[in-house]
Amino acid sequence: MSNFLNLISLWALPVLLILILTIGLIKKVPVYEEFTDGAKEGFKVAINIIPYLVAIIVGISMLRASGAIDMCAKAFAPVLNLFHVPAQTLPLMIVRSLSGSAALGVFSDIANSLDPNSYAVKLAAIMVGSSETTFYVLAVYFGSVKISKMRYALLVGILADIIGIIAAVWVAHLMFG
Amino acid sequence: MNYIFFILIVGSIIIGAINGKLQDVVNAVMSGAELSVKVAFSLIGIMAFWLGMMKIAQKAGIIDWISKVLKPIAKFLFNEIPSDSPATGDIAMNFSANAFGLSNAATPFGIKAMEELQKVNKDKTSASNAMCMLLGMNTAGFQLIPTTVLAVLVGVGYENPTEIIAPTLLVTLIAFISAIILSKIFQKLWKPQTEEIKGGENE
Repeated sequence: MSNFLNLISLWALPVLLILILTIGLIKKVPVYEEFTDGAKEGFKVAINIIPYLVAIIVGISMLRASGAIDMCAKAFAPVLNLFHVPAQTLPLMIVRSLSGSAALGVFSDIANSLDPNSYAVKLAAIMVGSSETTFYVLAVYFGSVKISKMRYALLVGILADIIGIIAAVWVAHLMFG
Repeated sequence: MNYIFFILIVGSIIIGAINGKLQDVVNAVMSGAELSVKVAFSLIGIMAFWLGMMKIAQKAGIIDWISKVLKPIAKFLFNEIPSDSPATGDIAMNFSANAFGLSNAATPFGIKAMEELQKVNKDKTSASNAMCMLLGMNTAGFQLIPTTVLAVLVGVGYENPTEIIAPTLLVTLIAFISAIILSKIFQKLWKPQTEEIKGGENE
């Protein structure tokens, strides 16, 4: 099953490219001209999102540097002990909504410092693998169309992250606990 | 967003001062600003490539075709977008790219979808229900195989990395479905968008 999934992952992109170009040619689309025409937008979009990225990435970098995440982790530790959640995974729960590279860093840290086959590593792997950086997605997507009022989008993102954490703890407990 | 930005910056400075990490916080301003431009620039090439491919797909009628096929699902999830909008096709491409772990490709597709949704948005400064749904689906990070996590696990000598795939898939599915349900619920509860007010103030 996992081999099959890996195969799909590997072939998804090449197949997509072949399909787009072949169908394009069959439909007599000038593929080269249309490609370069569409690609022009790439630069504009990337430049457009810079202000939004700066706002969100600087804010989150500052928050991480301030030690606030460790403080939160300490505050929540007793609650998590109640559910037999290893304390090492705590910073990860907070960081994974904020920064993708930081989450991966924290995860590598956990995987390298603990026994690779320990429960904490398994739980951490599930948590990192099942999440997307909510704040980054919001900044990029809304930034690209210059939307400043997010309405309930952030709330949905954070609630879904919390549900994801609870689900990760539950599934890990069921399978590896 | 104004409050979040304020709290992030001012809160970090205060907490940093309490923890005696003020120097780190100040340095983070510099490194964070630099990182954001790096992130944006690293997107340019891949963004250009996929936007180019999308243009071909659009001209060849592929996007329209996907939109048509997925109409019933799209109607349920994004009930306010017109049924002939190419947004449905872009959203489908965005979702598939995410599912296959091609997050580099997913972002341009997602942005393309946002642009299409913005065209039919009532108030150009605030997020429509369809946009919130798209964002909800994206922040939940649905992915069939967590490739980077597997790479790290293999690197540290984890015995059987593939055993992590099934539980991760289950968890990500739960989060993904919750995001959709939550978006649907908030659509009903939240103050609806008003018609566009020129130069409207932010919340």
